[in-house]
Amino acid sequence: MLFYLVKRLGLSALVIVLVVLVLFSLLYLIPGDPATIALGPRATPEAIARYAAKMHLDEPVWRQFLIYIGNAVTGDLGVDVFSDRNVTAVVASRIGFTLALICASMGWAVLLGLPLGCLAAVRPNSWLDRITGVLSVGTIAVPSFLVSIWALLIFAVELRWLPAIGAGEPGDTMDQLSHLVLPAFAVGLSWVGYLARMVRASMLEVMAEPYIRSAKAFGLRPRKIVYGYALRVAILPTITLIGMGFGGLISAAVFAEIIFARPGIGKLIYDAVMARNFPVVQGAVLVATAMYIGIVLLSDLLIAWLDPRVRESL
Amino acid sequence: MPVDASGLPEHASAQEMRESASRERREKLRTFLTNWQGVLGLILVVMFFVSAIFAPLFATHDPNALDIPARLSYPTLDHFAGTDQLGRDTYSRILYGGRVALKVAAIGVSVSLVVGLILGMIAGYGPRWLDNFLLLMFDTVRAFPTIVLALATVALTGPSLGIVLTIVIVTSIPQYARVARTATMTLRNTDFIMAERSLGASTGRILMHHIMPNVVGPLLILAAMDVPVVVTVEAGLSFIGLGVLPPTASWGTILNEGYLVIRDTPWMVVAGGIPLILTTLGFTFLGEALRDVFDPRMGKGR
Repeated sequence: MLFYLVKRLGLSALVIVLVVLVLFSLLYLIPGDPATIALGPRATPEAIARYAAKMHLDEPVWRQFLIYIGNAVTGDLGVDVFSDRNVTAVVASRIGFTLALICASMGWAVLLGLPLGCLAAVRPNSWLDRITGVLSVGTIAVPSFLVSIWALLIFAVELRWLPAIGAGEPGDTMDQLSHLVLPAFAVGLSWVGYLARMVRASMLEVMAEPYIRSAKAFGLRPRKIVYGYALRVAILPTITLIGMGFGGLISAAVFAEIIFARPGIGKLIYDAVMARNFPVVQGAVLVATAMYIGIVLLSDLLIAWLDPRVRESL
Repeated sequence: MPVDASGLPEHASAQEMRESASRERREKLRTFLTNWQGVLGLILVVMFFVSAIFAPLFATHDPNALDIPARLSYPTLDHFAGTDQLGRDTYSRILYGGRVALKVAAIGVSVSLVVGLILGMIAGYGPRWLDNFLLLMFDTVRAFPTIVLALATVALTGPSLGIVLTIVIVTSIPQYARVARTATMTLRNTDFIMAERSLGASTGRILMHHIMPNVVGPLLILAAMDVPVVVTVEAGLSFIGLGVLPPTASWGTILNEGYLVIRDTPWMVVAGGIPLILTTLGFTFLGEALRDVFDPRMGKGR
């Protein structure tokens, strides 16, 4: 188990280093002076000189890379070109909005998708099963950014039930929650279908196992069998799926934040791209990617901890 | 119960084997035709291809012709889907936007399929260190959420269709490669490959003539399922101004322009979204139906 933990941690760290390397090479693969590229063609010579000094551009590339890695490990992601603020602080001030959005989206998707999948699996080919089947393919196929736009159109512009843009007044919880509803709806929708389908598939598999048959033969209540015994095992592949799909969730959150002007990390990256504020792009992309790698790692470890079969094979 | 040609008795003639193969094909076609989702998907996919390829025939207006007095019009008999903020005909622009989507889907999916197939076979058949190295590369690419990688790249290169294609190809390669790798690894120790090798066949010959035909089937189904993803990435990037640039019509740019005037007219975001949904639904339904027909094992959960 310890070996597995160390191996997974090491691999994740290696992938993160490679991610930084990719972000770095992007900057150098483009012909021309990195400072001019980062600041845009209209930058003044002073700004370019200041940027070159700040980013250690006078050093050889591999040293710059090592400096960046070293700084990133200690939590220093460089300095915002325009506002001179620390990128770490900028990212930290925004990440809460994204985490809230992701948790809310995943939360309602799990609360609805899990029971739907269970009910569909308990009664295969019932009308509920068929409707769930078609709806889940439908919600998976519809692009989340389109759900965002149409949700904005219907509930904010036409019906005026919910606010369209922003994240709400700081300190006013109700206001913040009402700003969270539409983005969370849009980001979570495809996950309802996804989870329902996945849970149904693995439930059907588990329900055919001999130990479930024994439980039935012993006359245990169906509810206890389904939710007490079968779901415990059927949930495992779903945890892997949630971990793997987290990247898609981040992509969806980026769109939702742009469309609803929610000041999260996706909107931060987008604005920084538009303003050609490369240190912020680099830092925020690194944090978003590290978050994704961390979640995948966490879901794998959770599986190893929850599933005795996996645990013993380690 | 489909009859497998290899399961026939030894004295079966070539004629009988051909007949059994064609019977199996007919059987599969019938299974496909009884699946309403698959048929609906096929119809939508054909509509997508026809409307994009023959866009000039179906278009009622020049997609870039301005008609300022008629701007932001509701759907009328002259403008089937209304007009945009510059009075351009949204219906015609949607048809031409389909061409961008088709181009990205066709090039993006085929290139990533071929490269993924080759890399996957190399990883599955080659030495262990090469396999580990390629896996690490795939994991690194997959570690980036697609849109985040696209944002980081476009920050440096500026938006263009070429960049959208590159992003699509780079991010799709790992999934094809992984499937091809797993299939190759199960094949490499089978008897018929061993026999080939002992007959002195070169690695290239084994990969091209014996492994590839067995690996490519599942990849084609994966490709059908991947088209919605690719079309969505293009539309999404164009929507946030990082893909196809105005005035070129793309479903993403139409949605973007519609989003900017969403308080004046709902028609642009409605009309721009419908073809996107029909296309993604069509390819998803078709891909799932194909998978159920050709690989019942994978679709058992449905």
